[in-house]
Amino acid sequence: MEAIASPQSSRKPLSAFADILRSELCKLRTVRSTYWTLFAAVTFNLALAALLAIFIPGQLSAHEKATFDSTRVSLGGIHLSQIAFGVLGVLVITSEYTTGMIRATLSAVPQRRLMLATKVIVFTVTALIVGTFSSFAAYFVFQACLSENSLRSSISDPGVLRALIGGGLFLTVLGLLGLGLGAIIRASAGSIAAVFGLLFVPEILVQLLPTSWKSTIGPYVPMQAGSAIFSVRPEADALGPWTGFGVFCLYAAVALALGFVLINRRDA
Amino acid sequence: MIEATGLSKRYGATLAVDDLSFTVPPGQVTGFLGPNGSGKSTTMRMILGLDAPTSGVVTVNGKRYAEYRRPLFEVGALLEAKAMHGGRSAYNHLRCLALSNGIGRARVDRVLDQVGLGSVARQRSGGFSLGMGQRLGIAAALLGDPKVLMFDEPVNGLDPEGVLWIRNLVRSLAAEGRTVFLSSHLMSEMSITADRLIIIGRGRLITETTVADLLKRGSGNFVRVRSPQGDALATLLEAQGAVVVRQADDTLRITGATSDAVGELARANGVTLQELSVQQASLEQTFMELTRDSVDYQAAGGDELARAGS
Repeated sequence: MEAIASPQSSRKPLSAFADILRSELCKLRTVRSTYWTLFAAVTFNLALAALLAIFIPGQLSAHEKATFDSTRVSLGGIHLSQIAFGVLGVLVITSEYTTGMIRATLSAVPQRRLMLATKVIVFTVTALIVGTFSSFAAYFVFQACLSENSLRSSISDPGVLRALIGGGLFLTVLGLLGLGLGAIIRASAGSIAAVFGLLFVPEILVQLLPTSWKSTIGPYVPMQAGSAIFSVRPEADALGPWTGFGVFCLYAAVALALGFVLINRRDA
Repeated sequence: MIEATGLSKRYGATLAVDDLSFTVPPGQVTGFLGPNGSGKSTTMRMILGLDAPTSGVVTVNGKRYAEYRRPLFEVGALLEAKAMHGGRSAYNHLRCLALSNGIGRARVDRVLDQVGLGSVARQRSGGFSLGMGQRLGIAAALLGDPKVLMFDEPVNGLDPEGVLWIRNLVRSLAAEGRTVFLSSHLMSEMSITADRLIIIGRGRLITETTVADLLKRGSGNFVRVRSPQGDALATLLEAQGAVVVRQADDTLRITGATSDAVGELARANGVTLQELSVQQASLEQTFMELTRDSVDYQAAGGDELARAGS
């Protein structure tokens, strides 16, 4: 037998936690899907910002120009990049189950909730960095490509900085919603369907409701609530940016909490 | 040391593992034997804490698996199904697992070389053959240099060279004083590799024994002889109290006399022997007799096959 690093007794719990974090970061960094989804997300954000900046101004009426939310429009790519973030959040956990890797993972880390918690942390940090970067980059690309000076905004204008940080926050929490649903459903296709079902279906159903209902329930559906944080000029009945974001976080929190409960109750 | 006490696992209406108690001692290879679907994999998953037992307890070196903070130092396991992400290279797969238990890069390189995957370490494991996948699974099991090793059907789908490699590896791991627990549905493989046997059927313990004991227990041991003077030899043997049965292929099936005695008798009487052999393949037969009542999907005429097993 050959001598290798000493086992548990001499180690502190904190270093055990750090080791599991490193392991999860290694997992995220060593599969292609991570790079594809994040690359797609950044590309969507930047490309759409450029396209919108070039083509939108010519189509606006004078009234529309007066109420133009330059920041929100510059983040129009979020409607596409959110798909990439949702998919990545799902895959972080479901790829373990669909490949059988989960059995190796849990044989190495039998503390399942600890393992899931480190996945959440690693994903959150990664998504925050990439999401925030792509929001700011999209904003500056949009401003640079804008042909009409009157539509420009400045990052020091009220709400702009918050909306740009909010873009990153929105994408991150959306990914966490995917991670939570993935932990519950454990199959990739089903989880991805669930994430986007939850985002798009209530949004459509609300349109079918009578106006009074629509304005009461509407702001609370996930997509409406979540997008308040990256809007500078919100729609009339929208929730405040942080309130809306809080509601959006609640959806993700419920999914994650259920995932944390179930992971200890089910056979792997 | 693995100790299971009253272990049961129920999936809906079926009882996959039924009140199973056994001990796997260190320094030996213990074979875990049973027909397909007899609960071997389920039991191994319960040992690793992947499946929760419906009732009963199983411990590894005195502790339940979930209580270990860095279990790779205690137990290494190769599970039946591939437990890896095909998009990750062999090296990265092991590196991710190693990190979780604070094991360094040098050890990852070491186990990759040990299982003979050093040259393909940077390739994605999705492109690996079954045999290479098994080797990568074994490398993962060896990462923490653990005292207990569990292999679920390790020779499944391997070529003869791979089978031999696993056999030698398993024997050498046990010789180093480790606990080795090996499952298979093939008695022939176990008779070569294992010292002790735990035989189950339909999730129940049939017997906990040693290979030597099982060989002795075998009722079908006999001496096989082919000779142009078969009738004369048969008469001589019967005179000495042996039981001789003439087989369809013109050989004699002799019980109640050793091969030494048969050889001596033939020489003394000038009988030509074209074949003289001891037929001890009865391990397989004994196993089939033991598990006959607990085979889930038995082909019509399966009993006949079992009896004609050697």
